[in-house]
Amino acid sequence: MKKLLIALMTTVAALSLAATAEAADKLKACWVYTGPIGDFGYSYQHDQGRLEVEKALGDKVETAYLENVSEGPDADRAFERLAREKCKIIFGTSFGFMDAEVKVAKKFPKVMFEHATGYKTGDNLGIYNARFYEGRYVLGQIAAKESKKGLAGYIVSFPIPEVVMGINSFMLGAQSVNPDFKVKIVWVNSWFDPGKEADAAKALFDQGADIIVQHTDSTAALQVAEERKLHGFGQSSDMIKFAPNAQLTALTDEWGPYYISRVQAALDGTWKPDNVWLGIKDGAVKLAPFTNMPDDVKAMAEATTKKIADGWNPFTGPVSKQDGSPWLKDGEVADDGTLLGMNFYVKGIDDKLPQ
Amino acid sequence: MDITVNILLTIATAATPLLIAAIGELVVERSGVLNLGVEGMMIMGAVGGFGAGYLTGSPWIGLLAAIIVGALFSLLFAVMTLSLATNQVATGLSLTLLGLGLSGMIGTSFVGQPGVRLPNLSIPGLSSIPVVGRLIFGQDPLFYISIALTAAVMWFLFKTRTGLTLRSIGDSHSSAHALGIKVIRYRYLAVIFGGACAGLAGGHLSLVYTPQWVENMSAGRGWIALALVVFASWRPWRVLAGAYIFGAVWIGQLHAQAFGIPVPSQFLSSLPYLATIVVLVLISRNKRLTMMNTPASLGQPFVPDR
Repeated sequence: MKKLLIALMTTVAALSLAATAEAADKLKACWVYTGPIGDFGYSYQHDQGRLEVEKALGDKVETAYLENVSEGPDADRAFERLAREKCKIIFGTSFGFMDAEVKVAKKFPKVMFEHATGYKTGDNLGIYNARFYEGRYVLGQIAAKESKKGLAGYIVSFPIPEVVMGINSFMLGAQSVNPDFKVKIVWVNSWFDPGKEADAAKALFDQGADIIVQHTDSTAALQVAEERKLHGFGQSSDMIKFAPNAQLTALTDEWGPYYISRVQAALDGTWKPDNVWLGIKDGAVKLAPFTNMPDDVKAMAEATTKKIADGWNPFTGPVSKQDGSPWLKDGEVADDGTLLGMNFYVKGIDDKLPQ
Repeated sequence: MDITVNILLTIATAATPLLIAAIGELVVERSGVLNLGVEGMMIMGAVGGFGAGYLTGSPWIGLLAAIIVGALFSLLFAVMTLSLATNQVATGLSLTLLGLGLSGMIGTSFVGQPGVRLPNLSIPGLSSIPVVGRLIFGQDPLFYISIALTAAVMWFLFKTRTGLTLRSIGDSHSSAHALGIKVIRYRYLAVIFGGACAGLAGGHLSLVYTPQWVENMSAGRGWIALALVVFASWRPWRVLAGAYIFGAVWIGQLHAQAFGIPVPSQFLSSLPYLATIVVLVLISRNKRLTMMNTPASLGQPFVPDR
């Protein structure tokens, strides 16, 4: 009996050794998402990027992911677990993972880390982001053209620079069409809660807004717009199926090309921590087809998209801060550092930024 | 005036799933069983309801499926805790975790698909009366069901003999057993009723509130329902009041923000839980009241000795 057991154990050990040897040939790339991959929004788009990596690099990689990881102590554990499970490159896809990734990256110097939308880097921690604000400027212009009351409702999650930057860019776009354009802002304190997002949309419509913008991840707000025969914009993925008459366009994220290039670099051994900020030009930020709007508005939106793709920055002066103090001089372009740490509103936003 | 009506309608929509799930859990807890799996049963109901509605094109079949899925899922809990006498807290928690995971797996192919919506009630003539028309005659069917359900549970628990028996089991299962009452059978039925209600509440989420399927779409509403039962000190009409207070606080804070009134939204989001703690402290001050309302054998496993 004992002999048999030992024989069994050695076989198992040999087998598992073989398994690791085989796995060693492959590069294991891992992702951590804050939402479920079934949110059909932000996390969903990141996961589409992961699938593109699998498709493009095939046998050379093995991928894994953790979804629904909350932004707190849980995140530390998630990254550490992946690092221990022999992930060679790990992508953290949410702003709130920043400190967890910095911490775990120090512990595992041989693992390559990448963090989306944050600002802290390290010897083995690179950051990447998409210039969503570029698209939001276009949304602002469309909103100002399409809104009859000159009032938009804006549903937002948390007051972080990424979100504040989006509100500002949206308003600059709207003001370029209608200088008196107004916005009402509601914070729902969640990236993903369809019920709350729908309630917020209803509240904003009830208070007179006739167009809705969101910086949260579900399709709920857009469905409310559809029901009320008003308009809105999709977020992260094209949500036209949920609101065929309400969606004007959607601000979508395309992470695939970036992920492929980074995993390829890791395979080639040329990976270095980087700090990239991709925009419309790089194909990382895309606007879904412009629908439910007159041709002249569509033409304007297309022209602006092209202008931004050609290198124009929506944060080009003259721009004043909310209190009227000047921020950007005529022709001055905001530097990325200021944008990434943005904690103030521009002029014309009639709301107080929660601190 | 229109905005007031709209606000009230929004509050009713937000409160309905809380009320349905909480009233079901109230019956479960009145029978002396603590099922912490409300969130899990709710999300299973949501995915089941969405799936059936999406595949058949009928929101009513979806609603029925939500109820059945919730009830079946709670049966799992019933078998574990009642027949096998496992720890109710641990089993309930794992039911929640299982439900969240399983629903995500089942729902993979439903992601990104527009589902069906349960239409609002519309009675020619009546529904178009200004103000009251929409409030009384123009809401979604589940609003009426939730109110009727509350009334029915109130009547059942306090006006019928079976209700009295159920409450007595919750207070002392050994005494009830000694009297020859089939404790386990009553509890099975109570747990399944609770599951059906939680499933129906989930169906409300995916067929009325936000007609779509996304993982985790219940977003903690099952936990609020659990808090509501304690908040209401196991009284049906207080559950009704509580659900509407919680709903009003939430919708009120969204409107306050849109009006530009500076309220810390984080604070208001936590208000339902804070309120529950305050109520718990208040009711535990009065020993007699606590003893009268709290089912004394809540959460204790019962193994009949033959």
